[in-house]
Amino acid sequence: MEFQIPNFAPAAAEIFVAAMALVLLMVAAFARPGGGRCAAFWVSQITLLVAAVLSLPVDWSAGVWEALSNSEGGFAMWLLSWLASGKVTFTFGLSFLSDPLGGMLKSLVCLAVMAVLLYGRRYLNDRKLETPEYYVVAICATLGMLVLISASSLLTIYMGLELLSLSSYALVAADRDNPRATEAAMKYFVLGALASGLLLYGISMVYGATGTLDIIEVARGLYEQQVNRTVLLFGLVFVVAGIAFKLGVVPFHMWIPDVYHGAPTSVTLLISTAPKLAAFAMAFRLLALGMWDLAPQWQKMLMIAAVASIVLGNLAAIAQTNLKRMLAYSGISHMGFMLLGLMAAKGSPHDLFNAYASSLFYVVIYVLTTLASFGILLMMSREGFEAENIDDFRGLNRRNSWWAAMMAIVMLSTAGLPFFVGFFSKFFVLQAVLSAGHLPLAVLAVLMSLVGAFFYLRIVKVMYFDEPTDDTPVRASRGFGLVLSSNVLAVAVLGIMPGWLMNFCVLILRSSFG
Amino acid sequence: MTVPYLSLAIWVPIFGGLLTLFAGKDRNAPVARIIALLTALAGFLITIPLYTGFDTTQANMQFLEVLPWVQYFNVSYALGVDGISMPFVILNSFITIFVVVAGWEVIQEKVAQYMAAFLIMSGLTNGIFSALDGVLFYVFFEAALIPMYLIIGIWGGPNRVYAALKFFLYTLLGSLLMLVAFIYLFQHSGGSFSILDWHAAPLSMREQSWIFFAFLASFAVKVPMWPVHTWLPDAHVEAPTGGSVVLAAIALKLGAYGFLRFSLPIVPDASQYFAPLMITLSLIAVIYIGFVALVQTDMKKLVAYSSISHMGFATLGFFMFNQLGIEGALVQMISHGFVSGAMFLCIGVLYDRVHSRQIADYGGVVNTMPKFAAFFLLFAMANAGLPATSGFVGEFMVVLGAVKYNFWIGFAAATTLILGAAYTLWMYKRVVFGPVGNHHVAELKDLNAREFLFLAVLALCVLGFGLYPLPLTEVMHATVDELLRHVANSKL
Repeated sequence: MEFQIPNFAPAAAEIFVAAMALVLLMVAAFARPGGGRCAAFWVSQITLLVAAVLSLPVDWSAGVWEALSNSEGGFAMWLLSWLASGKVTFTFGLSFLSDPLGGMLKSLVCLAVMAVLLYGRRYLNDRKLETPEYYVVAICATLGMLVLISASSLLTIYMGLELLSLSSYALVAADRDNPRATEAAMKYFVLGALASGLLLYGISMVYGATGTLDIIEVARGLYEQQVNRTVLLFGLVFVVAGIAFKLGVVPFHMWIPDVYHGAPTSVTLLISTAPKLAAFAMAFRLLALGMWDLAPQWQKMLMIAAVASIVLGNLAAIAQTNLKRMLAYSGISHMGFMLLGLMAAKGSPHDLFNAYASSLFYVVIYVLTTLASFGILLMMSREGFEAENIDDFRGLNRRNSWWAAMMAIVMLSTAGLPFFVGFFSKFFVLQAVLSAGHLPLAVLAVLMSLVGAFFYLRIVKVMYFDEPTDDTPVRASRGFGLVLSSNVLAVAVLGIMPGWLMNFCVLILRSSFG
Repeated sequence: MTVPYLSLAIWVPIFGGLLTLFAGKDRNAPVARIIALLTALAGFLITIPLYTGFDTTQANMQFLEVLPWVQYFNVSYALGVDGISMPFVILNSFITIFVVVAGWEVIQEKVAQYMAAFLIMSGLTNGIFSALDGVLFYVFFEAALIPMYLIIGIWGGPNRVYAALKFFLYTLLGSLLMLVAFIYLFQHSGGSFSILDWHAAPLSMREQSWIFFAFLASFAVKVPMWPVHTWLPDAHVEAPTGGSVVLAAIALKLGAYGFLRFSLPIVPDASQYFAPLMITLSLIAVIYIGFVALVQTDMKKLVAYSSISHMGFATLGFFMFNQLGIEGALVQMISHGFVSGAMFLCIGVLYDRVHSRQIADYGGVVNTMPKFAAFFLLFAMANAGLPATSGFVGEFMVVLGAVKYNFWIGFAAATTLILGAAYTLWMYKRVVFGPVGNHHVAELKDLNAREFLFLAVLALCVLGFGLYPLPLTEVMHATVDELLRHVANSKL
């Protein structure tokens, strides 16, 4: 076999982030004790920004200005189609894939992690947790997500997943003197290792059945019916379990409330946002791409997981008094909703793209709103005080009406009320579910949204109807306040103009699968 | 270029509300009040061309505005009004002025937020009445819950949190089922969210029945019909005066409007089939709730139950499928907007002075507040359906329609004239007449200029439409005709 130098260009973002992680490590190693925080923060931000640009799904070789002058349908349409113009390229054999879907998700992951680091900075600083090493690990986690998104071989997927998971375990334990955090890290590690084991077991069965690790080859083998379906089905069950663990859907949700609650809020923010994008990509590549011919089987599994998550997530959230736990359970139900979109994919190509796009839209919006909700929690916390109980929001309207309004927008959007974008993400998924003919599922989903509305409204109630018990002024530094407010306002503005994002999701999927 | 009156009617109050919110911090409440009043007045003036420019001979939608919104799903920003919705847009903008004025001195806390909530709510309500796209309708319909929830919860009485939540969850439950029905209709009408396309969509009886009940879940809660009416007395009692006025005068009309815009034309066969059920529920509301109103000790609760009873009249009128019934119901709804608004404002006037809504805490108010007593009497009479007030016109038309449909239904409906008179006038007697009840009543001051003004304007409306209802019925005529023709054509 002749050795060929692979094409590194499609992996530019991953290679850059990996190199910068090493640079950060140097910063950490050579900074004087207790120093280097500021440098590490800015190096990570720049790294992520560059990585976000590098991974944009854009066809750089096309003449930008000529295309712009030739474009029809106005600047906005041109911009969207330019942003989705990337080519589908495999590299490193068939184990690494660069396509518009991956590019979009990778850019979003980088932007989300940028916001995560910015929002968490003051919080970590107040708790003496901000060290250069924190940023090294966060960047490694990002690298894991990028690899996971681009992976098109079962082993690459596993590699990305492990890099992400191991970094997350370390981050959860960042506050090592806090027993709750270390307990959460242990739980996370043990359950995570179990899930990795399940996934690996599933991968080995898939390999056994098809004789290949490349997702494309698996799909071809299935299509040509040259595989042992029984073994493959067994493998599929374990693969779905691995995905379900990463997404945090029932019955693999047990770690979510404890880890979200126990971890420092800035780490909770990281775990609850960007990895969901990566997990979506993983689910999409493994199931929709690799095992499309087993769709009836995995769709049934996803349906059960989705229904159980929506029911359990919403019902369990009612009983919580801790906001982080409540958001954890609400996250479980949201991931269930997202799976409804994936599971509704059937029929004509139009319906397929429709279902996948609704799911993609859902997860993007979920990340955007979750960034805002945990961001507000971080903003409310201060030295020696954790804002994490629902009661900490008591009378916020009297203390600071701006942030009360911001939190209200986020909560109402998560509850799925218009004019906020949460309504449209639910609406699009429901539409996909109904067009796949699952009327009872849609009714169940809306009834559970009603239950959800109850506990989101409780936050609004606490902020607006109750008297404050704590009169400390609520303050955010200018930069932090500005970014967080624009994050929340994005939720409101997207609620008024949701159309372009949905168009973009469809466009991205179409150009990824021609 | 035509002026987009409907868009203005929606967005002027909303942006005015946001402006109030930003301009009026707690320190400068007067600024917030003035901006709010100017916005409310502007909002009302904008809607006047809707009446003057309305072509009464046409049944189709007028003042159309159509812009693409979410193109991928064919959702558009489509607005338009016909003879059914146009009067409600004007009524809503008109009532908003009273709400702002009624809260002028009474609300001292978070004034800007209070005014802003009502203005935004008014804009959203105009959106509900003029939306011609299902998603747009739904978005306005749901979004209007948020300001009302805050109004009840922040400025309400002791049990406000419970009432606010009950109001919200009850109404949300219905709307969510309606949303599922909307998406279903989208898929079975060739991928359109236009309400007018849905009117023409062919549907089997089975589909129609399901959709009918999904709509019923949403609109019955909003009307509210017996037995899902229990949120209304709670919400009314706990809401501030302005909130009660908006709830009674406007919010209740949304459900009834929904029946006319969605249930009857989209699922005509199911509507005909289930008409006996609807008539029964309406009659229960009219008679049973009338008796319930009789035993109330709280004035606001009494008027709240009387609203349910009057709205029962409206739904009764719809489901008899004749011109008199539907037009009577519409007149009844408009009139109820004025009368119930005025009743709540009167109770508000008393409450601001004595801080009690209990009938037992009053007695002999006429001795200290003669001007007030005169206005209150007029509105009480209108509530009881006295001829020459607007309350009479609608009730009389519906009773005539009912007798045409079936004598005994008409007979049962007509008992409301007795029941309404009984509970309203008995309450009036206990509160206003007799010797001065206690020292609170003895210290009462009569109406000030602001209160006199708004009660006088409402009194003119009540008497005006009572004596000469033609301006109202004339705009509805063509649309109701067309609606009846459409409903008579089976979709099967």
